[in-house]
Amino acid sequence: MRPAAIELSDLDTLEAESIHIIREVVAEFEHPMMLFSGGKDSVLMLYLARKAFAPAPVPFPIMHVDTGHNFPEVIEFRDRTVAELALRLEVASVQEQIDAGRIKVGHPLESRNRHQTVALLEGIKNGGFDAVFGGGRRDEDKARAKERVLSFRDKFGQWDPKNQRPELWRLYNGRHQKGEHIRVFPISDWTELDVWRYLARENVDLPPIYFAHEREVVEVEGLLMAVNEFFPLPDGMEPSRQMVRYRTVGDATSTGAVESTAVDYEAVIAETAVSRITERGATRGDDRFSEAAMEDRKKEGYF
Amino acid sequence: MSQLLRIATAGSVDDGKSTLIGRLLHDTKSIFEDQLSAIEQTSVKRGDEQTDLALLTDGLRAEREQGITIDVAHRYFATPKRKFVIADTPGHIQYTRNMVTGASTASLALLLVDARKGVLEQTRRHALLSSLLRVPHLVLCVNKMDLVDYDQEIYEEIRHDFTSFAAKLEITDLDFVPISALAGDNVVERSLNMPWFDGQPLLGQLEDVHIASDRNLVDNRFPVQYVIRPQSAEHRDYRGFAGSVVGGIFKQGDEVMVLPSRKTSTIDRIDTPDGAVDQAFPPMAVTMLLEDELDISRGDMICRPTNQPSANNRFEAMICWFDETSSLRTGAPYQLKHTTKWIAAEVETLRYELNVDSLHRDLDAETLEVNDIGRVSIHTTSPLFFDEYRLNRTTGSFILADPATNLTVAAGMIIGAAGESPTGTHSVVADNITFHPSSLSREERREALGTNGATIWMTGLSGSGKSTIAAAAEHTLVGSGRNAYMLDGDNLRHGLNADLGFSESDRAENVRRVGEVARLMAESGVVAIVSLVSPFKDARDKVRAAHQAAGIPFYEVFVDTPLEECERRDPKGLYAKARAGEITDLTGVGSPYEAPVTPELTTDPDLETAVRQVLGLLS
Repeated sequence: MRPAAIELSDLDTLEAESIHIIREVVAEFEHPMMLFSGGKDSVLMLYLARKAFAPAPVPFPIMHVDTGHNFPEVIEFRDRTVAELALRLEVASVQEQIDAGRIKVGHPLESRNRHQTVALLEGIKNGGFDAVFGGGRRDEDKARAKERVLSFRDKFGQWDPKNQRPELWRLYNGRHQKGEHIRVFPISDWTELDVWRYLARENVDLPPIYFAHEREVVEVEGLLMAVNEFFPLPDGMEPSRQMVRYRTVGDATSTGAVESTAVDYEAVIAETAVSRITERGATRGDDRFSEAAMEDRKKEGYF
Repeated sequence: MSQLLRIATAGSVDDGKSTLIGRLLHDTKSIFEDQLSAIEQTSVKRGDEQTDLALLTDGLRAEREQGITIDVAHRYFATPKRKFVIADTPGHIQYTRNMVTGASTASLALLLVDARKGVLEQTRRHALLSSLLRVPHLVLCVNKMDLVDYDQEIYEEIRHDFTSFAAKLEITDLDFVPISALAGDNVVERSLNMPWFDGQPLLGQLEDVHIASDRNLVDNRFPVQYVIRPQSAEHRDYRGFAGSVVGGIFKQGDEVMVLPSRKTSTIDRIDTPDGAVDQAFPPMAVTMLLEDELDISRGDMICRPTNQPSANNRFEAMICWFDETSSLRTGAPYQLKHTTKWIAAEVETLRYELNVDSLHRDLDAETLEVNDIGRVSIHTTSPLFFDEYRLNRTTGSFILADPATNLTVAAGMIIGAAGESPTGTHSVVADNITFHPSSLSREERREALGTNGATIWMTGLSGSGKSTIAAAAEHTLVGSGRNAYMLDGDNLRHGLNADLGFSESDRAENVRRVGEVARLMAESGVVAIVSLVSPFKDARDKVRAAHQAAGIPFYEVFVDTPLEECERRDPKGLYAKARAGEITDLTGVGSPYEAPVTPELTTDPDLETAVRQVLGLLS
């Protein structure tokens, strides 16, 4: 046996570590649930969960926090995934919360990213979930860089960044009281490039908006916004048809596309490897407000 | 194949750690433009003179506003060879727990020293914690070399200082690099300002450090994490034990034992989602299927019948206290997590508190508070299947949680089982400590003397450099307060072996006698460093067997200097005489040398590296 044969590559190591975390949580918690937006990170997470329990089915439901401002391609992808894997899908609807008066919106087309928190916490409470898998990665944002793999939330769903449980070796402490819950981030140590390299290697199916396609867009404050029912053409602006793709999938009113000719995985990886702007900076209007935008949202209970 | 390397760093802003990390990220193109412009804005807002790269790692609002690092931050960068994960932690004593956290999963610890200030208390503390947490590799960066005119003497002095301190700790692999993080010297590119430094720049060291052997691939350990039973028609009889391999190499067809039941079976198949594999090793996450239907659940341990972990409900450990809101209460109930199980436990005794700056042991300590480190004895309600932490960082580690608050209050590293364990009817104890009522046991001797004996056996041709390495190793050990003694083959021939010549049988007897002396010295707690040509494998193996039988560590070190080089050196003129026909049976010329097949160590040609390697054997 050659010694080289008893080593794992970086991607295989990441895969093994994530599977370990997912199994650990399913073994120790009573009602785990996985957030699923149809975005690449949640697609990866669900894919790893399938690997963790194969040949048995994924032993927990998934939840989509639905802002109502969706890309139709993503919803179609979500429903197809649920059907193929025979998953139980829970939808936490922001619109329902607005209709019930629990969320006040200034304008029907303002970004609802922040409003997802209310719907999410309501969904967690109603479902009695004690562990919630999220696809957050530490390379995404400075506040997320400080996040634990198992992250405690009090009964109001709040995160206290200054009072986090130390996390050593792989000895995760998910102990909690009733009403409290734990957020779990099994792909914490993956970078955007790792995610793409792995999805490409495994040839995982993604919503088509992740690859270059022609779309009517308009440039607003440096973001390429798709013109549609959620983003009407601003006065005096001319849209143009361009080849674009999305680096993240979020609320359609605030998620921008990037110029791209990458129609397949190989090309996306090549573009990602030389990109000089973070995926959130390039595509999320709401993360550019302040240096602590994510930290503030997370403290309130955001994913 | 690209590998993953986890690095732990610690330090304050002053020593340039953030600048170094910023430099590594920047030069490997891992900083994005929008991140840079965001921290530039913050720097301007705060009134900094220049952009503070520390802002890249300080992620929380409070950290940025106060200009301090509070918590562990993770940073990522990659080169074509490796993906790196940096756990970056603050260096002050009040953040000991953060450093411990960062070091727990690290393969390499990166320490920084300001060339103008030299080795400080903080440097020593971080080195101690790295050694306590068994981080396998340590690199000391002597930073700000630009501010001392790239002076080699200053670098050498710091290097010497740190080496002699490190000799007191158990550090396996220690490297040094003189750098300027600000100017970029020796970080990514070799510095033209320090032509005297012949080592690799830092990034090259990080890319090349050999990490594959850091895992324990000998002692097979598989804590069962989850039982997979699909309950579907297609997989009706499927019963798989899912988990991560944390030690050894499991192969299909291996006979295995399950603890605590001690039932044995054979591995029928090792499943991964991508199909069955022939073998599984750390850190693979797999699913094992056994030939026999055994009752196995989460928390059980699969191992080999011939190689089991200790099973005991009492053990000794070093713990670091993490909780600000409570202090250690001996006798109080805690929840202990070890591998894949939670178990009720109490700390029976606090043996001492370790002062991480002076290494002083305070035997009168009554409790441990946040950031304190101490040695304790722990009692669990049922036996734990563990290994010493130094042998396995997974099966040797645990955390304690307070059942009232659910907080993680401490982290621990197991030193070993504590004597006998009252296990009642369910005797599963594989206690590896033998107690001899008639005489002092090695453990008792070690406890009393605070040191452990061993034999380091250096073999190689005449002129290979054995004695030089042995003398330097002896010097360092004795200098650090450890009892070591060099047994030099030439010197012994003047006394103990004066009656022996160089025939094959005389040589064998020579080796036997030196082996016996070394074993006795090691037994008494001395590190015996033998420097002897000892050309025959058989004779060396006998010495090894005698040590093994007595349970004494024996390290065969092959000083592998080529014959040409030994002959060129010819310090005793022996090769010249042999070539001239004056002596007939010189090893390598007229008499064969049988090189060791699997020595514990084959030394590096560089003397300093070789000495460090030899000392590394003892840790």
